[in-house]
Amino acid sequence: MKKLFIAAFAFIAVSASAQSPKFAEAMGKTLKEYGEAKADDALIAVEAKFERIADAEKTEWLPYYYAALIKATMSMKGIGGDRDKVADEADDLIAKAELMEKGNSEILVVKSMVQTAKMIVDPMSRYMKNGAEASKLLEEAKKADPTNPRPYMLQATNLKNTPPQFGGGCDAAKPLAEKAVALYANFKAKSEIHPNWGKESSEAIVAACK
Amino acid sequence: MPYQNDTEMKKMVLPWLFVMLALAAMAQVKITGTVKDNRNRPLIGASLTLKGSYDGATTDSTGKFSFKTTEKGDFIIEVRSINYKTIEQRITIASEPITLNFSLKEEINELSAVTVTAGSFEAGDKKRAATVLSSLDIVTTGGANGDISAAVKTLPGAQQVGEQEGLFVRGGAGYETKQFIDGTLVNNPYGTSVPDLASRGRFSPFLFKGIVFSTGGYSALYGEALSSALILESIDLPDRSQASASISSVFLGAGYQQLAKNKKSSWGVNYGYTNLAIYFGVVKQKPDYFQMPEFHNGDANFRFKTKRGGMIKYYTTFSYGRLGLRRPNIDSADLKNAFGYTNTNWYNNVSWKENLGKGWKFNLGLSYSTNKDDVNQQIQNQNNQYTATGKVYIDSTNFVLNSKQDLSQIKVVLEKRLKGISTVRFGGEYWYAYNKSKYNVYNSLLIDHFKALFGETDIYITNGLAAKIGGRFEHSSLINKTNIAPRLSLAYKTGKDAQMSLAYGEFYQKPENTQLIATTNFGYTRATHYIANYQKINQFYTFRVEAFYKKYHDLVKTYPAYNNDGTGYAQGIELFWRDKKTVKNLDYWISYSYLDTKRDYLNYPKQMIPNFAANHTASLVTKRFVTEWKTGFNFTYSYATGRPYYYLVQNGNKYDVKDEGKTKSFNSLGFSMNYLPNLGKPKAKTFIVLVASVTNVLNQSQVYGYNYNYNGNIKQAITPAASQFFFLGCFLSWGVDRSQDAINNNL
Repeated sequence: MKKLFIAAFAFIAVSASAQSPKFAEAMGKTLKEYGEAKADDALIAVEAKFERIADAEKTEWLPYYYAALIKATMSMKGIGGDRDKVADEADDLIAKAELMEKGNSEILVVKSMVQTAKMIVDPMSRYMKNGAEASKLLEEAKKADPTNPRPYMLQATNLKNTPPQFGGGCDAAKPLAEKAVALYANFKAKSEIHPNWGKESSEAIVAACK
Repeated sequence: MPYQNDTEMKKMVLPWLFVMLALAAMAQVKITGTVKDNRNRPLIGASLTLKGSYDGATTDSTGKFSFKTTEKGDFIIEVRSINYKTIEQRITIASEPITLNFSLKEEINELSAVTVTAGSFEAGDKKRAATVLSSLDIVTTGGANGDISAAVKTLPGAQQVGEQEGLFVRGGAGYETKQFIDGTLVNNPYGTSVPDLASRGRFSPFLFKGIVFSTGGYSALYGEALSSALILESIDLPDRSQASASISSVFLGAGYQQLAKNKKSSWGVNYGYTNLAIYFGVVKQKPDYFQMPEFHNGDANFRFKTKRGGMIKYYTTFSYGRLGLRRPNIDSADLKNAFGYTNTNWYNNVSWKENLGKGWKFNLGLSYSTNKDDVNQQIQNQNNQYTATGKVYIDSTNFVLNSKQDLSQIKVVLEKRLKGISTVRFGGEYWYAYNKSKYNVYNSLLIDHFKALFGETDIYITNGLAAKIGGRFEHSSLINKTNIAPRLSLAYKTGKDAQMSLAYGEFYQKPENTQLIATTNFGYTRATHYIANYQKINQFYTFRVEAFYKKYHDLVKTYPAYNNDGTGYAQGIELFWRDKKTVKNLDYWISYSYLDTKRDYLNYPKQMIPNFAANHTASLVTKRFVTEWKTGFNFTYSYATGRPYYYLVQNGNKYDVKDEGKTKSFNSLGFSMNYLPNLGKPKAKTFIVLVASVTNVLNQSQVYGYNYNYNGNIKQAITPAASQFFFLGCFLSWGVDRSQDAINNNL
């Protein structure tokens, strides 16, 4: 009987303390899937998975962050329905993450990506509003964490995609990409499941802009 | 097995076996099924969630899903898909596999729903990206010179009338198109009329974020427009603070716009001075200007967000202008007609939008405008002195007109969200119009208390079928008559991005003041519109075809008596095609209108084609921005077949058509280019736009109609004051904060 009691107690203890490892494991697994997701439907499935984890946990910002990050890229690529609507959903998701982590540089980065996604739906009439907002958010992200390479990487990407006549192109993008590469060299993610992406993209810009 | 890697577990040696047993009891259960829509089509990418757990799945390309869970007991499974209503279902998970089939209902929302569009061209960046024309489109339309109406004339439905201002839409005269800013009517949207010349619109396209050009069948919220409504929605808070200045061949201007730090309010002022003396000195004009056209314009705005998220906007503009010109008198080579005016105009508009909560919205529009014209025409001799000829038909063309038009309006619209996105709107408006004039020795005063009540509802039966049903009740104290105008339109989605619409409506307009001066014993003029439309719009293309039939009733006759015995009809078909994609960096649109119309109105002896109507009208507008040169090149070619002209002579109690004909066809190529030298230079402090434009590049001869002399043996072509208009301008702006850089970075 005593043994049984101990066993039952142990089981409850396992259940309670298992919360965090379970979360970390699910995140790790989903992040791995995210890394491997090439096809549109794989991306949709991974995004949904992050949302499920986020909604089940409710107090973790990372799954919302990743869900929003994927939704923003989906909107840019025109995956998953109307681009404006997908971007709006990304906005809602990142807002939930922001409630838990106000002023986090990584969240500001994703917020900027959402604005860029909205802008590219109709750049001619939206760059004034959404384009300016996207840039402003990247500046805020730099300020919030000067060691975060991602705002630089995104600025470099945005400039690389802008014609030289509009102040974009390699000349403008390269120094920022180099800055990003330098920051990536020293960047250490807080954990296995914290944001740690974009290194290859910035290296690719440096390589392409030789 | 979420617990399998738990290292803590391994440390517990004693209960190890038991725990393993407990976990074994949590064997995985497989949940499979399908998600379809209510028409039994599989939904791809729908997301299923076992709420409170991480478990769930996404449907594949056949709408199937499958996942395993270790959870046990009662759960809620949630099924979500974009544009569909989320559903939740209770399930009990035991040890048996579960099969679930879901059917999702379409969610009706603004983005996927049809819009009731028959008869209207919407412009500006609202929620939809694929709009027809934006403010930027208007200023970059070659030959339009930044004039809203000139740009709108490149859309189907509008005539290429160049001898007077106004939009002549589908067989309707210019005064049958009304302009509304934030819901309220604009009394004097154009500068003072000059015989045989068109005046510019008073408002800059940059004041507006949305422009709807409705060529018929428009909402019950708008009245007093028989043929067409140009519905302008003013901009909200600006994106940034900035100072601006402009210098051009005809004007100088400066402005300042301040956005508050908290981005909750803004204010701005602008001043502009226009004088054509230098330009007319260089480019010869046919009329002899004894008073060079000269205008002072000042405007100011104040906008702020309310605590509840609403917006209050105030805009005011004041202008003072004058001109004087002499042209040869058609009846005598020794004589000249000297025409001149002085105009002052003050326009004020307040709008207040507020969310009242619980699905209620509130819109208030207030406007006050006052316009004063002092116009005179004088017969002069070769020495430019007043002369009396003793011939009545000449001397009677001398006149002095002093007039003042005041209009005060209040309009309230309440809107309530019903189920889904169905909406009901209702409200009322009151206008107080004061029109005083003195024509030579004749004084007149017209005061009208005009009241209207209106209501309409947008009903979305599904995302693919919507109806707008409305009605309007009006009373004008001046003619002491009421009217009830029903409006109805339907829209049906026929495929991706494609829809069909039908519209019907009754439209009333009271007679013009120039007619009401003679007698107020008039009824409303009336037009019945029937419209059928098909359109396909996406981000890159717009295709639209529209057919209409309009019946005019109770048009104003001025001869043999002032009454409402006029009649008429208009029918036609219109095409519009815009393509931003096929040719890289080239944006172009083509519009074509076929119009068959006749009307018996004013002094017409019978139903005739009115002199403002051409059977075929077409425009080709192209815009290309060459990034290497930072320059945009814009061309507009407009074509219209000849318009009829008549020589009407009074014969007893009727007018006879003594002579008639058709003008030659109208051709015009307009060009403009804009050069942005500092585009993309993040360090540049000044943002510069250089604009050059020419109308009628090919110098084609343009005849709008003919004037006849007294006995009809001389007819004189009505032509523009100069065959071409050249414009050179430099627009500068300085961002007061650094966000200008941000904009350049992202362009």
